[in-house]
Amino acid sequence: MAYRWSNTLTKADITPKDAYLNRRQILAGTIGLGAIGLAGGASAQGDLKPNTLEQITSYNNYYEFGTGKGDPAANAHKLVTSAWSIKVDGLVDNPGEYALDDLLAGLSVEDRIYRLRCVEAWSMVVPWNGIELADILRKVGVQSRAKYVAFETVVQPENMIGVQRRVLDFPYVEGLRLDEAMHPLTIMATGIYDEPLYNQNGAPIRLVVPWKYGFKSIKSISRITLTDREPPISWNVANPREYGFYSNVNPNVDHPRWSQATERLIGGGLFAARQDTQMFNGYANEVASLYNGMDLAEFF
Amino acid sequence: MSLVQSINGALRRVPAWTIYLVGTIYAVWQFWLALNQIGPYLVEPINVLERAYGEAALIMMVSVLVVTPLRKWAGINLMKFRRAIGVTAFFFVLAHFLVFAILDVQTLERVWTEIVKRPYVTVGMTSFLMLIPLAVTSNNLSLRKMGAAAWRRMHKLTYPAAILGGLHYLWLVKGFQLEPIIYLAAILGLVATRYVTLQRKRLMA
Repeated sequence: MAYRWSNTLTKADITPKDAYLNRRQILAGTIGLGAIGLAGGASAQGDLKPNTLEQITSYNNYYEFGTGKGDPAANAHKLVTSAWSIKVDGLVDNPGEYALDDLLAGLSVEDRIYRLRCVEAWSMVVPWNGIELADILRKVGVQSRAKYVAFETVVQPENMIGVQRRVLDFPYVEGLRLDEAMHPLTIMATGIYDEPLYNQNGAPIRLVVPWKYGFKSIKSISRITLTDREPPISWNVANPREYGFYSNVNPNVDHPRWSQATERLIGGGLFAARQDTQMFNGYANEVASLYNGMDLAEFF
Repeated sequence: MSLVQSINGALRRVPAWTIYLVGTIYAVWQFWLALNQIGPYLVEPINVLERAYGEAALIMMVSVLVVTPLRKWAGINLMKFRRAIGVTAFFFVLAHFLVFAILDVQTLERVWTEIVKRPYVTVGMTSFLMLIPLAVTSNNLSLRKMGAAAWRRMHKLTYPAAILGGLHYLWLVKGFQLEPIIYLAAILGLVATRYVTLQRKRLMA
């Protein structure tokens, strides 16, 4: 079931109805809850302008290839992405080692222009090409006991300088609750600007969960496991005080070492102004209901 | 003529202001690269510039601590450069702070919040504050007015300031990274040489 969520984010897509909705939501935000996130999110979606391919491919966090922002672009050419396969296991009907092409065969690749908000308080706008994760999961058959999806990044120690230096406990692992994974906003990206993913962006296939901090969107996925318990995630293992399983973008819950209230959009140059970070990165309308009744300061 | 003698001879011919000149050229050059978004500044110049000035400050702090042990154990005399190195370190810390406050965090209210709420910023800020009286009194007039003993006692603030600077770097990075560990280890090692020397003096007395 592709095309369950359509971009309302490009300038071309703006309709009078959108403008009307935006105004109404801003009004509701100021009168009602004072929910800056909701109001700001709706209003700011209209003027999302994607970053350039050069920016997107030269400013990356991919610790397997070094901790500097330019390191992945410099080192990721060593990643071997040919003959890629993904191991699908756990609580699925059709487990196995899938060749990437087989896993994606028959599924629709869609354009999704999303903001990407890094936990380090910067952000970008990326025009992804990808497949809804839900489509892939349905294809392999999720069993009813499954509650979570766990992901793993490939490990090629001889090609990955960061793995040799043990910056983190590799392989990098991530996870989502099943309802988050099945949400129409959640995609597995295979391209940017209609080009195949660059290695530094997580080739050949990566997760994109736009309402969570960037590190949740795990790169170069080699394994997907359906499970009934919350899987470990790398940054939480490295520092549980600072990184939680959910890691939803939330301007009201600070990272212990820096504020999450504002962010700087990449590409603005030396005098770029900070802008307010939005609740769920501007996707509150779509995803807030997933967390009804949850204390997001506790489940950060 | 021994190697040490020839090094010292060559150093004698280099004026101390060379340090200020090189420091200024480096700082301006980095700012210019950032302004024009060249090389490492291509995508996100603000944090890169902040980091470049911070790292330059740490290098100068390590250098200033190296002067005494180098003279004591290797006989190489950099004494006449020490003040210039220290003052240049201060100016890099100042530049680092200004980029942080004006270009990065941008409002006074947020700067204050960062300083009081984030331990690694508090630690960096403390180091900066310790360096201010040192920079202000880094001239012959202050040395004469204060008296050599008092002046020297005050300038021992260099040690905690350097340690806090190293801690600040270690504290702000994500994951296990080697660079900040190397800086902090170098600073701690160099400060420790003072302690070892002091112990030896006491034993001999």
